[in-house]
Amino acid sequence: MAITTATVPKVGRNFRIQWEPAQDAYVLLYPEGMVKLNQSAGEILKRCDGAANVAAIVADLETTFNAQGLEADVLAFIELADQQKWVELT
Amino acid sequence: MTDLSEAVAVQDTAKIGPPLWLLAELTYRCPLHCVYCYNPVDFAKTEDELTTEQWFKVLREARELGSVQCGFSGGEPMLRDDLEVIVAEAHRLGYYTNLLTSGVGLNEKRIGALKEAGLDHIQLSFQDSTREMNDFLSSTRTFDLKRRAADMIKAHGYPMVMNCTIHRHNIDHIEAILQLASDIDAEYVELANTQYYGWAQVNRDQLLPSREQLERAERITNEWRATHGNKMKLFFVVPDYYEKRPKKCMNGWGNIFLTITPDGKALPCHTARMLPGLEFPDVRTSSIREIWYESEGFNRYRGTGWMKEPCSSCPEKENDYGGCRCQAYMIANDPAAADPVCDKSPLHNRITEVVDRAQIAGNAAQVKPLIYRGPKESLQLDRPF
Ligand code: SF4
Ligand code: SF4
Repeated sequence: MAITTATVPKVGRNFRIQWEPAQDAYVLLYPEGMVKLNQSAGEILKRCDGAANVAAIVADLETTFNAQGLEADVLAFIELADQQKWVELT
Repeated sequence: MTDLSEAVAVQDTAKIGPPLWLLAELTYRCPLHCVYCYNPVDFAKTEDELTTEQWFKVLREARELGSVQCGFSGGEPMLRDDLEVIVAEAHRLGYYTNLLTSGVGLNEKRIGALKEAGLDHIQLSFQDSTREMNDFLSSTRTFDLKRRAADMIKAHGYPMVMNCTIHRHNIDHIEAILQLASDIDAEYVELANTQYYGWAQVNRDQLLPSREQLERAERITNEWRATHGNKMKLFFVVPDYYEKRPKKCMNGWGNIFLTITPDGKALPCHTARMLPGLEFPDVRTSSIREIWYESEGFNRYRGTGWMKEPCSSCPEKENDYGGCRCQAYMIANDPAAADPVCDKSPLHNRITEVVDRAQIAGNAAQVKPLIYRGPKESLQLDRPF
């Protein structure tokens, strides 16, 4: 499905995101595997709670990091995450 | 063990990272008798299994160092009555928990209890796609039971990996194996060609497929990928005997993997206990921190400093760390040699001879009877591989 600012992403049902102090990073865990997320990927994914839409995630990130114009980056990441099944979209 | 390479690529290689992957081999006992079993051939000699409390200690100490993926395997881990409590403790500590099982011993009651304990995923192994071959290769009647186990796993909402070890006798059934995986609704399928350790080394000539078989199986797997979309993720692991460069074994010795054997030995990989002249620490008497950072067993083959020629001056040494120490020992009789799979190894011909034999169907070595893994055979053979 096409991803827009109204899309509501949720971390995929076979994945778990968690903060790992030993790696100083968010990691995505799944059967027998793990992806260490860079900071922006971690910050986006942990907001994919199945309630917030992309617009709300962007707004939250822009406030938290005092930044602007993140929409394109977030959309691009959600698209990648969707291909990898890291997120499910509604 | 799929995508950990990505996870470590970003790590600073100059310092020793944490043991991200903890493999808890809970028992060597197993109701099956697989001819390619990776357990040590002399497993029946091992003494007392770790207690529940000792496993708790391992889980706690490894988690403190940063272990996060935890596999429970064996033997057959379902044979431990305390599996549920061990899983619950791992879950409480924040691990992602994986159960690697033959499916024997899974029933409604236990699978529900494991779910409650927080088990995240189940890897179910099949020996082949049909009842006849599955039961022949495991020397048991377990096919129907595995099918039922698969249904239960799905009914309880677990993600499921279907694993099938591939070799000469089942490789021509790849299509049916993929169909089986699809029928049982597996999310991931591992078609892992046999790795020649333990019992597989004993049965090597009977198990190594021919090049033609291998190419066909790869082709069919690729076709399946192309025509069935990505609903089911497929992993096809080629046997390293057909390669010219060795695998980056365990992603590097003492780099991310920590295996604890049923009797409490800490190993950098599940077959390392065969290596001569190396004392591997016992979790009863050493902490995981001492084991991982300070023990000789873990430090001996870390990085590249221990290498001999041709590895020590090889421009590719960071790619594969010289391959597998156990394979070097089994085939070159020296754990510090280059893995003979590498065509730069002076003993590479010992691999190609086996490969050449595999091209001639029905040769004398292939038609020898298979030796099944079992306690009686273990005591009789009385050797590590
Ligand atoms: S490979 Fe087969 S015999 Fe060996 S532990 Fe696994 S199920 Fe048991
Ligand atoms: S010579 Fe050693 S380091 Fe070089 S590619 Fe072969 S096994 Fe790897």
